[in-house]
Amino acid sequence: MELTGAEIAIRCLQEEGVEYLFGYPGGAVLHIYDALFQQEQVKHILVRHEQAAIHAADGYARCSDQVGVALVTSGPGITNAVTGIATAYMDSIPMVVISGQVPSYAIGEDAFQEVDAVGITRPCVKHNFLIKDVKDIAPTIKKAFYLAKSGRPGPVLVDIPKDISNQKTEFSYPKTVSIRAYHPVGKGDSAQIKLAAKLLLEAKRPMIYAGGGVVLSGASAQLTDLVHLLGYPCTNTLMGLGGFPATDKQSVGMPGMHGTYEANMAMQHCDVLIAVGARFDDRVVGNVEHFAQVPRKIIHLDIDPSSIAKRVKVDVPIVGELKPVLDELLAVLRASKRKPDATDLAAWWKQIKEWHDKGGGLRYKNSTEIIKPQYVIETLYKITHGDAFVTSDVGQHQMWAAQYYKFDQPRRWINSGGLGTMGFGLPAAMGVQLKHPDAAVACVTGEGSIQMNIQELSTCKQFHLPIKVLSLNNRYLGMVRQWQQFFHGDRYSESYMDALPNFVKLAEAYGHVGMRIEKPSDVEPALKEAFARKKELVFMDFQTDPKENVFPMVPGGKGLSEVVLSEDL
Amino acid sequence: MRHIISVLIENEAGALSRVAGLFSARNYNIESLTVAPTEDATLSRMTIVTRGSDAVIEQITKQLNKLIDVAAVMDLSEGEHLERELMLVKVRAEGAARDELKRMADIFRGRILDVSANTYTIELTGTRAKLDSFLQSIARDLILETVRTGASGIGRGERILKL
Ligand SMILES: Cc1ncc(C[n+]2csc(CCOP(=O)(O)OP(=O)(O)O)c2C)c(N)n1
Ligand SMILES: [Mg+2]
Repeated sequence: MELTGAEIAIRCLQEEGVEYLFGYPGGAVLHIYDALFQQEQVKHILVRHEQAAIHAADGYARCSDQVGVALVTSGPGITNAVTGIATAYMDSIPMVVISGQVPSYAIGEDAFQEVDAVGITRPCVKHNFLIKDVKDIAPTIKKAFYLAKSGRPGPVLVDIPKDISNQKTEFSYPKTVSIRAYHPVGKGDSAQIKLAAKLLLEAKRPMIYAGGGVVLSGASAQLTDLVHLLGYPCTNTLMGLGGFPATDKQSVGMPGMHGTYEANMAMQHCDVLIAVGARFDDRVVGNVEHFAQVPRKIIHLDIDPSSIAKRVKVDVPIVGELKPVLDELLAVLRASKRKPDATDLAAWWKQIKEWHDKGGGLRYKNSTEIIKPQYVIETLYKITHGDAFVTSDVGQHQMWAAQYYKFDQPRRWINSGGLGTMGFGLPAAMGVQLKHPDAAVACVTGEGSIQMNIQELSTCKQFHLPIKVLSLNNRYLGMVRQWQQFFHGDRYSESYMDALPNFVKLAEAYGHVGMRIEKPSDVEPALKEAFARKKELVFMDFQTDPKENVFPMVPGGKGLSEVVLSEDL
Repeated sequence: MRHIISVLIENEAGALSRVAGLFSARNYNIESLTVAPTEDATLSRMTIVTRGSDAVIEQITKQLNKLIDVAAVMDLSEGEHLERELMLVKVRAEGAARDELKRMADIFRGRILDVSANTYTIELTGTRAKLDSFLQSIARDLILETVRTGASGIGRGERILKL
């Protein structure tokens, strides 16, 4: 039977097993919305802004191992989506975005709501397509899903002109897909893996540095086995939290700009560093020249060859899927007669403990007068038993959430690490709550960030999403204020959040529960009450210490050992 | 260091802009870029001349390979290769200069493609250095127009870039 392009697009999503489609209608996608209306399998979530559709699809993908899917209209629909697409691209999130385009005969004529979607998204997608023939819709969507989730994942855009979505052709969904010029890697090179094993076993001061790739590739079990087998310290990056349990005694915390002193000192002073699905980015290793001052051997496991030797020299590059590579490495290590030198390792752990005692770990001065943001996160951890899904926005609150919530499982911590997109947290939480309807989902945000997508409270109402929003309201764009305090002579240029709304009333206006928490002693009761309200969204407006700063801090452009530990130093 | 990189890419709309966009987005330098379909019409071949440290060139080849439409990449400068560029030069050819220009064209094995009362249009192929030295050998004020294709490159002998 012949179907229209629009019907075919929806049938393709059904074939892919898509559960939720996050979107917003408009002229160029009317045929697709019409096809959507006439079926029940794919459930559409109507957001209030296209950016939120993409973040919600993104959150859905991050907390599962599925592809997030979104649908937007042409022109302003796709331009609104760009921030979300770039966010997903920077963090390698599998996603398919379908956008409507003006009719093919009008392309190039500056038609109403025309924008070059393929051109505008090109630098922030893994790949994109403009459909030119209705016959291409099914094979292209098949390719889009394959590209999004294979290899290093990423967002893929399929732009469908309106006239094509209304033309008819026979539908059959391709069973297989092959793209001539695209060959994602599988296993790693065995000789390199043997070399890596040898280096690891000979190390005197070894360090395991694990990134978001571990979470994305589902290789947490392998990583955990590796860390335990060797007995070496492990640090997980902001994107990699949960890839190895944070409460394990071999975890030394997060590295980088707001990482622990011991993690950074160990990164800096180790003699063998194995990077697993991590990319040595500027927020992790800081100044690369400073990092390179200490000689060390680097083993780098990554699916993307271009991530290797991009910022630092690598001695043993291993390109492949992390799971088979780690499985093979584990097998070689287990078969090896040589074991790590116990004396060297004990001395190394002693050194790490000294760093920890000197200024490491995480510490803050709690108060009975004013709510410390760190205390809110610690309490959240306590009352959710470390078992919640936590999304965050961007700023100080994000760093405190990453530092003080101990993630023991992958895919529980959901944040925009690469692009650092304020406004990510709430819509991402919607995707998470839809995927895990009965789970505790917390969105840790700031009074600045939440206002970037606050309209989604309306979506949450419509779809009964009982998210718990924890706004750490310091009345400042806190992270900006912190940098201004440290590096711009206390000149707080435009970082004060004046004329804030009454968030309690605002939450209530959207039909939710609002709470304003002012005293430290009210923090725990409020959180308990909020999480007891299993069916309701609760917006908690915590009035936190406006002057609190995130420590430790490696200032931008500095080396890992040039860290500021606290205000008192 | 100057590198000459060959790329086999799907002959699809937008493929060229993916490559050009990659170079500008990542701040890589392009000295020249030539592209045309190959004997297999579904594939185009590009020759890109670029400059950069070894680390930058390594990133360029990796990033090119990462593009979904790119089927194969070869850094020709890593081995023996041939490189040719085509140039058309229109010169003012009057009086004594007329003979002199003809002589220069012969020396450089150029061909005069078009003759008018006052001008010659000369075709030259060769390496970039050869074309440069031709331009340096004739008086600047005689040059009316030049157009160059940028280098095309191919490996010597058994160095073959093919799918
Ligand atoms: C869309 C966007 N614009 C600007 C920034 C720059 N920025 C980073 S953190 C920050 C302040 C965030 O303030 P708030 O949400 O209140 O969090 P806080 O740091 O106070 O915890 C800003 C403006 C950004 N990351 N994203
Ligand atoms: Mg704030």
